[in-house]
Amino acid sequence: MSIPELEAIAKQVRRNIINMTADAASGHPGGSLSATEILVALYNDVMNVDPKDPKNPGRDRFVLSKGHSAPALYSVLGEKGFFSKDEFKGFRQLHSILQGHPDMKKCPGVDASTGSLGQGCSIATGMALGAKHTGNPCKVYTLLGDGELQEGVVWEAAMSAAHYKLDNLTFIIDNNGLQIDGSNDEVMSLGNIAAKFTAFGFRVIEVADGNDMAQVLDALHTPAEEGKPTCILCHTVKGKGVSFMENQAGWHGKAPNEEQRALALKELEA
Amino acid sequence: MSEKIATRVSYGEALAELGKTNDKIVVLDADLAGATQTGIFKKAFPDRHFDMGIAEGNMVDVATGMSTMGLIPFCSTFAVFSGRVFEHIRNSVCYPKNNVKFGFTHAGVTVGEDGGSHQAIEDIALMRTLPGMTVIVPCDDNETKKAVAAAAELDGPVYLRMARLATTVYDPMPFEIGKGNVMRDGKDAVIFACGLMVDESMKAAEILKDKGYDVAVVNMHTIKPLDAELVKTYADKCKNVFTAEEHSVIGGLGDAVADVLVGNGEYRFTKLGVNDVFGQSGKAMDVLREYGLCADQIAEKIAAKL
Repeated sequence: MSIPELEAIAKQVRRNIINMTADAASGHPGGSLSATEILVALYNDVMNVDPKDPKNPGRDRFVLSKGHSAPALYSVLGEKGFFSKDEFKGFRQLHSILQGHPDMKKCPGVDASTGSLGQGCSIATGMALGAKHTGNPCKVYTLLGDGELQEGVVWEAAMSAAHYKLDNLTFIIDNNGLQIDGSNDEVMSLGNIAAKFTAFGFRVIEVADGNDMAQVLDALHTPAEEGKPTCILCHTVKGKGVSFMENQAGWHGKAPNEEQRALALKELEA
Repeated sequence: MSEKIATRVSYGEALAELGKTNDKIVVLDADLAGATQTGIFKKAFPDRHFDMGIAEGNMVDVATGMSTMGLIPFCSTFAVFSGRVFEHIRNSVCYPKNNVKFGFTHAGVTVGEDGGSHQAIEDIALMRTLPGMTVIVPCDDNETKKAVAAAAELDGPVYLRMARLATTVYDPMPFEIGKGNVMRDGKDAVIFACGLMVDESMKAAEILKDKGYDVAVVNMHTIKPLDAELVKTYADKCKNVFTAEEHSVIGGLGDAVADVLVGNGEYRFTKLGVNDVFGQSGKAMDVLREYGLCADQIAEKIAAKL
C-alpha cells in the first residue's frame, strides 16, 4: 500500500480513537495516538492477516502488550474489516466485543487478551516459541509502551526470546516518554533502552520518528537477523495529531469532552 | 499398597507417558526439572521440554502464547510460587480461558527441611478463586497419573497440586474430574480429604474403628469443581463432618465443603488443616505432626467430637 494511502488510514484511525473515547467518556487516547502509525503499518502493509479468516493458523500474530491502547487496535481492526465499524460505539460498554482492554475471546482479530502490562510481550514470546516448535512460518509482533518496560517480566521475556533465538519475534516500543504519573524520567528512568535490548541479545532498530509512516515501514520491513529477536524502538509523540493532547501525560487515560472532541476532529480533518 | 511414591514423581512419569501419544504436550519448567520431576519428560522428549530459567511469571505467559499455537503446555514449579505468578495465571490464562496446565509440586508442610518459606499452604485458596480454573489435588501415584491425563483432555486451565513426600499407593480407583471417591464407607463421621491427607485419614479411620467408630473417608481429589452431591450425601448420612488437608484452614478444601453445606442442613463441622500459621523446617512427618495432621492426631480430634 502507498504511503499516502496508509497515512489516510492513520488519519481515520485517529478520528476513530477520538470518537470512541469521547463516546465512552473513558479510555486512553494519548498512547493510542502515539501508536497509530505503527499499528496501521503492521495491519495494512506488513502482517499476513485476513479479516475474513481471523483464526487462520498460518497468520502473523500481533499482541498489544500495552493493552490500554485498545482504541488504536480496535480502530485499525475495524477499518481493516475484522468487524463492523458500528461496534466502535460500544467501546467500553456492557456486552460489547470492544472491552476496555483487548479480549481475544470476544473481539475478532485480537490474538491475545492483554491489559496487565508486561504479560503481552511474554505471551508473544510464547507464540514465537510455539511457532518455531510447530514449524509454523508465521511472524509475531508485540507493541510495548515505554513505561511498561519498568515491569520485570519484560526482561524475563527478552532473556527467553534471545535464549530461544526467536528471529520470528519483534518487540516494538512506543517510546513517547510519558506515563500516567509523568515523564518516564520522573517516574522511573529507563536509561538507554536500545543498549538494554542489545545487551539482552536483540537486534535493535531505532526509528527517529515513529509517527512518520515511511520510517516506520522501513523498520518493519527490515529482514530478520537469523537467530536473533528484533526490537524496534520508535520515538513517538504521545497524543500525536491533536495539538492539545501532544506530549501531555494528562491525556494518558482521560477522554475528550464534547468540546474537545470537536476541536480534535477539526484538527484531524482529511 | 506396598511401596511409597511421591506424587511429584508420578507427575513426571505421567507426562512422559502422555508425551508418547499426544505430540501437542509440551512442558515448561523454571530451573526445577530435577525437583518437579519434569526431568523424566525431558529425558524422553528433550525437544518438547523448555527450561524458562528462574522466571516463573514469564513461564506462565510463554505457556499461554504456546497454547494459542495449538500446543498443550504444562507449567511446573513449586506450589509456593503460585502466589508469585497468581496474576499471570489470572490475566493471561484464566481470564481468556486459555488451555494451560499447572503441575505445581512441593505443596504443603511435608516439604519438610526447606522450611516455611517453601511450604505452600495457600495455593488451593488462591487457585480456587479464579473463574474457570479446575483444581486437583491427587492423593497418590495412580490418581496423579490419571489426573494428568484427564487434565490434558480438558480444554481449559487446570491446577494440579503434588507433594514431595513419598506416600502410600492405593489400588487404582476410577478418576473423573469433579467426582470424589469414597475410599471407605462409614456412618458416624465422614472425613473429606485431599492429597496425602487421604492416606492419613484412612489410617485415622482405622484407629477410630478400634475405638468403635465407623468413619467414612471421601477422597475429594477435585477441589473445583467440587462434587457437591457427594458432599451432601455423606454429610447427611454422617452428620459429623470433617475436612483434612495439608493446607491452611482458610480457603482450601474445608471452605469448599463448607460452601456446599452452609444453609443446607444441621451438621457438626470441623476443618483440619494448618491453622493460619506458616510452616517450618523439620523432617516431613515431624512437621506434619507439629501441625496436628498425623493419623493418630486426626483420630484423637475426631473421637473428641463424637
